[in-house]
Amino acid sequence: MSTRSAELLMAVGLLLLSLGLMWTVVTDELHIGWVEGRGPGAGVWPFWLSAGMALASLWTLARWFRGATPESRNKAPYIDSQSLGLVLISFVALTVMLLLVQVVGTYIATALFLGFYMRFIGKHSWRTTASTCVGMVLLIYFLFEWQLTKYLPKGMKAFEDGFLWIDDFRWQYLM
Amino acid sequence: MLDIATLLGAGLLQAFEPLNLMMIFVGCLAGLFIGAMPGLGSVNGVAILLPVTFLVPPTAAIIFLAALYYGAMYGGAVSSITLGIPGASTAVATVFDGRPMAQQGKADQALTAAAVASFIGGTISVVLFTLFAPPLAVFALKFGPQEEFALMVLAFATFIGLGGDDIPKTIFSILLGLVMAAVGFDIISGQPRMIFFDFVELQRGIGFLVLAIGIYGIGEMLWTLENTKGDVRIHAVTSTWKSFKKNLSHVREYLPTTALGSALGFFVGTLPAAGATPASLMSYGLAKTFARDPDSFGKGNVSGVAAPEAANNAASTGSMLPMITLGIPGSPTTAILLGGMIIWGLRPGPLLFTDRPDFVWGLIGSMYVANFVTVALNLALIPLFVRVLAMPFTILTPIIFILCFVGVFATTDRMFDVWLMLLLGLGGYLMRKLNYPVAPAVLAIVLGPLAERSLRQSLISSRGDVMTFFERPISLTCMLLALALMIYPIWLGIRRRRAGSASGTG
Repeated sequence: MSTRSAELLMAVGLLLLSLGLMWTVVTDELHIGWVEGRGPGAGVWPFWLSAGMALASLWTLARWFRGATPESRNKAPYIDSQSLGLVLISFVALTVMLLLVQVVGTYIATALFLGFYMRFIGKHSWRTTASTCVGMVLLIYFLFEWQLTKYLPKGMKAFEDGFLWIDDFRWQYLM
Repeated sequence: MLDIATLLGAGLLQAFEPLNLMMIFVGCLAGLFIGAMPGLGSVNGVAILLPVTFLVPPTAAIIFLAALYYGAMYGGAVSSITLGIPGASTAVATVFDGRPMAQQGKADQALTAAAVASFIGGTISVVLFTLFAPPLAVFALKFGPQEEFALMVLAFATFIGLGGDDIPKTIFSILLGLVMAAVGFDIISGQPRMIFFDFVELQRGIGFLVLAIGIYGIGEMLWTLENTKGDVRIHAVTSTWKSFKKNLSHVREYLPTTALGSALGFFVGTLPAAGATPASLMSYGLAKTFARDPDSFGKGNVSGVAAPEAANNAASTGSMLPMITLGIPGSPTTAILLGGMIIWGLRPGPLLFTDRPDFVWGLIGSMYVANFVTVALNLALIPLFVRVLAMPFTILTPIIFILCFVGVFATTDRMFDVWLMLLLGLGGYLMRKLNYPVAPAVLAIVLGPLAERSLRQSLISSRGDVMTFFERPISLTCMLLALALMIYPIWLGIRRRRAGSASGTG
C-alpha cells in the first residue's frame, strides 16, 4: 500500500471513528446541550469535540484530494518493505506473548518472548539469551511482585498453583 | 527573596536525604542510558518507568523522574555524536556538528563540550526557575475556572500555531485526546459515557498512562525498528584524563553562545508545543548567526554542539515551570509527570506551593544537585556509555515491550488495559507515520478531565454565557493569544497559496 492510499484510508477511518463517537453519545441519551438548572449536559464535551474531530478529518480529506499534504503525493510504500518484516514479526510476537500471559502466566510468557526474539531474530548465543531471560524474569519478580506487591497474571489454574509454591518459599524464607 | 533562599535551603537539604540522593543518582544514570539509546528519549523513559516509582514516596518519585528527564537530555548527545543518530529528537541539532567532529576523530572533545554545555544550560535554567516559579504561583492563585480553561485553550493553541505540524491533523490529535479523557463515568452527572461495546472495563476510563506507554513505548519501538533496522555504526572514542583537561580549556570558545542558548531554551521550553527540540534548533541557528565564522558550522564547530545541548537541557527545566506553577505541562514528558502527580494524590497547580512546599522545594533542590551529579557521571562514564550503545536492538526491543506490558498491568491491574495499550500503540505508530503528531493527544488526555471540569464550572457560574471567558482580563488575554495562534498559520497558508497561484498563472 502506498503512503497516498494509506492517508486516504486513515482519514476515512478516523472520520468514521469520529461519527461513531458522536453516535454513541447520542444513543447513550446524554444531553448535548444546556440542561436547565444544571448547566452543560454530560454529552456536551464528547459530542462537540467528536464533531470537531470529524471536521478535522474532512479537512484532511479535502487536502488529500487537492494534494496539499506531502503524504498525498507520496507513492512510496506506506511501510518500508525492507523493514516491514521486522516490524510485523515484532508486533506479532508481542501479541502472542500477551495471549500466552493469559495461559501460562507472566513469567513463562515473557521468558519465551525474550528468548525467541534474542535467539531467532537477534541470533545471540544460547548463553546470552538464557542469562538475559533469567535476569529479566527475576527483575520483574523482584520489582513488581515483591517490592510493589502486585499480583501479575499467572495464567491458568495449573500454572497459578505452581506459582504459589514459589510465593510460599519467599514468604517462609526470604521475608 | 529571603523566603526563597530559606525554602531553597530546605529543599537542598531534602535533596541530600539518603533516599532522595540515591534517586538522583539512579535517575541520572537511567536517564543518561535511555537518552543515549537511539530512539529512546526522556518521554519514553518517564512513561515506561513511571509505574516503578510507586515503590517510593511521591517526592522521591518525582525527584527520580526529574533526574531521568535531565539525564536523558545529556545522554541524547552521546548517540548524536558517536552514532550520528540523534538519541532523541531533542538532540537532532547536536548531530549537525557533533557527527563531523566525530568523523575528524574529535568525538571526545564534542562529548566534553556537550556535557559542559548541558551543565551550564541546566544551571542557568534552574536559577531562572527558582526566581520565576514562586511569583508565578502566587499570581496563579487568583485563577478561577475561567482562567484555568483559557490557559488550557492557550496551551493547545500553541500546538496549532507553533507546532509546525499539519494543522487539521494536529487539531484531530488534540481533540482525540480530549475525547478519550471523557470515557467512563462523568464526574458531574455520574452518567456513564462512551462505553464502547459495553466493555465494563471502560467505566473506569482510559488511563493516561495506557495511552502514554502505548505511544511512547510500543509505538516508538515499532517506529525505531522500521527506521534504523537495527543497523548502527559507532565512532571510536578515546578519552584520557589529559585530553579531558585539554578539552575543558576550550570552554571559553563556546561560553557566550551557551549562555545565550540556555536562556533561550528556558523560555522556549515553557511553551507546551515548543519544548526542547525547537529550542535546540533555534539555539543552533542563533549560535551560527552570531558566530565569527558561520561557514564552519556543520563541519565540526564545537559551538554547534554546545549551543543546542545547552538549550535542550534548559528547555527541560523550563517545561517544568508551567507544570509546577499552573498545572499545565510544558512538554509531553512533563504531561506524564503531571499525570503521575495526580496518581500520587497531589493536585498540580499553584496550591502545590502552599500545600506541599516539601514536594515543590524538594524537587527544585534536587534539580540543583542532579545537575552536578549528571555532569560528573557523564564525564566519568563516557567510555562506558559508548560501549552500552553497542547493545543490539534485539535485546533492547523485547525488554522494552515486556516493561510496557508489566508497567501498564502494575498500574491498573487489568489485562484489558494492556490490550488497549497495544492497540493504541499500534494506532499511534500508524498515525505518526502519516504525520499525525502524537504529543498533543498525550497532553490532551492528561488535561482533558481538568479542562472539562473548568469549562463546566465556568459555564454554570455564568449561566451558560460563553462571554465569561472574555470578560476577565487574564482569561481574555489567554483567549485572544490562543485565537491569534490558531488563526495565524491558517492565514499564512492562505496567503502562501494565493502567492503560489498568482505566480502560477502569471
